[in-house]
Amino acid sequence: MPVATINDRVVNVDDEGFLTDYDDWDEDLAKVLASQIGIELTEDHWNAIHFLRRDYKQTGETATLRRVTTVGGIPTKELFTLFPKKPAKKMAYIAGLPKPRGCV
Amino acid sequence: MRRLLILGGGTAGTIAANRLRRRLNLDEWRITVVDHSDSHYYQPGQLFIPFGTYQPRDLVKPRRRFLPDGVDFIVAEIDRVVPEENKVLLGDETALDYDYLIIATGTTPRPQETPGMAEGELGKSIHEFYSFEGAVALADKLADWDGGRLAIHIVDMPIKCPVAPLEFTFLADAYFAKQGMRDRVEMVFVTPLDGAFTRPVAARHLGAMLEERKVTLETDFMVERVDPEEKKLVSYDEREVPFDLLVTVPLNMGADYVARSGLGDELNYVPVDPQTLLSRAHDNIFALGDASDIPTSKAGSVVHFSLELFEENFIQHVHGRPMTRLFDGHANCFIESGRGQGLLIDFNYDTEPLPGKYPLPGLGPFTLLRESEANHWGKMMFRWVYWNLLLPGKEMPLEPLMSMAGKELEEVVR
Repeated sequence: MPVATINDRVVNVDDEGFLTDYDDWDEDLAKVLASQIGIELTEDHWNAIHFLRRDYKQTGETATLRRVTTVGGIPTKELFTLFPKKPAKKMAYIAGLPKPRGCV
Repeated sequence: MRRLLILGGGTAGTIAANRLRRRLNLDEWRITVVDHSDSHYYQPGQLFIPFGTYQPRDLVKPRRRFLPDGVDFIVAEIDRVVPEENKVLLGDETALDYDYLIIATGTTPRPQETPGMAEGELGKSIHEFYSFEGAVALADKLADWDGGRLAIHIVDMPIKCPVAPLEFTFLADAYFAKQGMRDRVEMVFVTPLDGAFTRPVAARHLGAMLEERKVTLETDFMVERVDPEEKKLVSYDEREVPFDLLVTVPLNMGADYVARSGLGDELNYVPVDPQTLLSRAHDNIFALGDASDIPTSKAGSVVHFSLELFEENFIQHVHGRPMTRLFDGHANCFIESGRGQGLLIDFNYDTEPLPGKYPLPGLGPFTLLRESEANHWGKMMFRWVYWNLLLPGKEMPLEPLMSMAGKELEEVVR
């Protein structure tokens, strides 16, 4: 399994750089992950990231965009502003969670 | 006397009733199926209605005919489940008690969930084929249509039969060519996914097939609204796709009573253990078929494979033993590609669709992820198989768990 060194820490990642171990993550790491994809985290970003973390812990799956909106209460439009172009993927990346499963 | 109550008499509910009827002693068990109607639709056939391949009457039979003797069938609306009291309330306020409950009420298209979709133009310039009535209306539309810009569109995943929008696209291309009007139709495939399909190898193969057919692919498109006046799709990141004819797959959601009963997720699907299909919240409730939240295709093949295992699990569970026949998410789907050809894909929770042969390694007769005439005939024969083998829960020479034998692996290596 590939590893990456972020902030002088070695973490397990998948082929696309998504963290694979829930407990490898902390807020400092999130800031680095966010800056790698050109995002500076504001309170609104954290709100979404923390929802994703909490929800994953409960369900064992990365929340879909629709779930972040209906359960997490953050409008989809806002998610596209906070995490441009591919919000579902970008949120998961920063939150240290697996890429959302494309349901087949 | 114990009662097994099955909500939904579709593919999953009917197979479950047939399989468990053979396993449960009717001196000890009463089995009851509830559905809101007595019409059982052969849903894979809806894809062919718009092109006149099947007529509406070819696809409907009475549900009762496929339920075995000794099983009660009630036609009624379901108001709600009261899991704390092991009770289901029907629309006429009758209450049915249960010892074990199976939720098998599937998923339905909800055009009203997307602003602008159901307002005025639905049935005119906006169509869908995920409802029986919608498929029939689209047949009338295509018969009169003289060309323009056709957008085939998916609102969000998951959807029932996730390959159907691609199949519709391939069949439409062939249909317009046959009518001598393909040059008057501009086709665009609009999807919230980042490719033609969900997983990489299949997305590459199917994406190439769209390209061969001169269909533009618009990816990562999360629709915010449809503008019915200006006839365009508008995404959350403010991209626009204009259309003369929109064939959309509306948001798919589980039954509303599931939400009213507090048993569903944000799309009214029942959270279950993906290997046993037992509710995560209640030890005497299972959700089968499209009604559950398992991360595999919402498809009849999944129902078939999972129920072969579920039958044994259910018996173990009611006897207080651990369930041992664990489901792997095995799905397979024929993909019609037009001009008498088709593909087949075979996959599970962990393994993406790969090229190869199925079910016999090296022999087939079906080819995986490549077009062949045998696949097309497989799909056409499937209607007979559905009514005569699948619904009665008869044994078929297909293994319930996915096998790697016959699959070609080199494509996965990157």
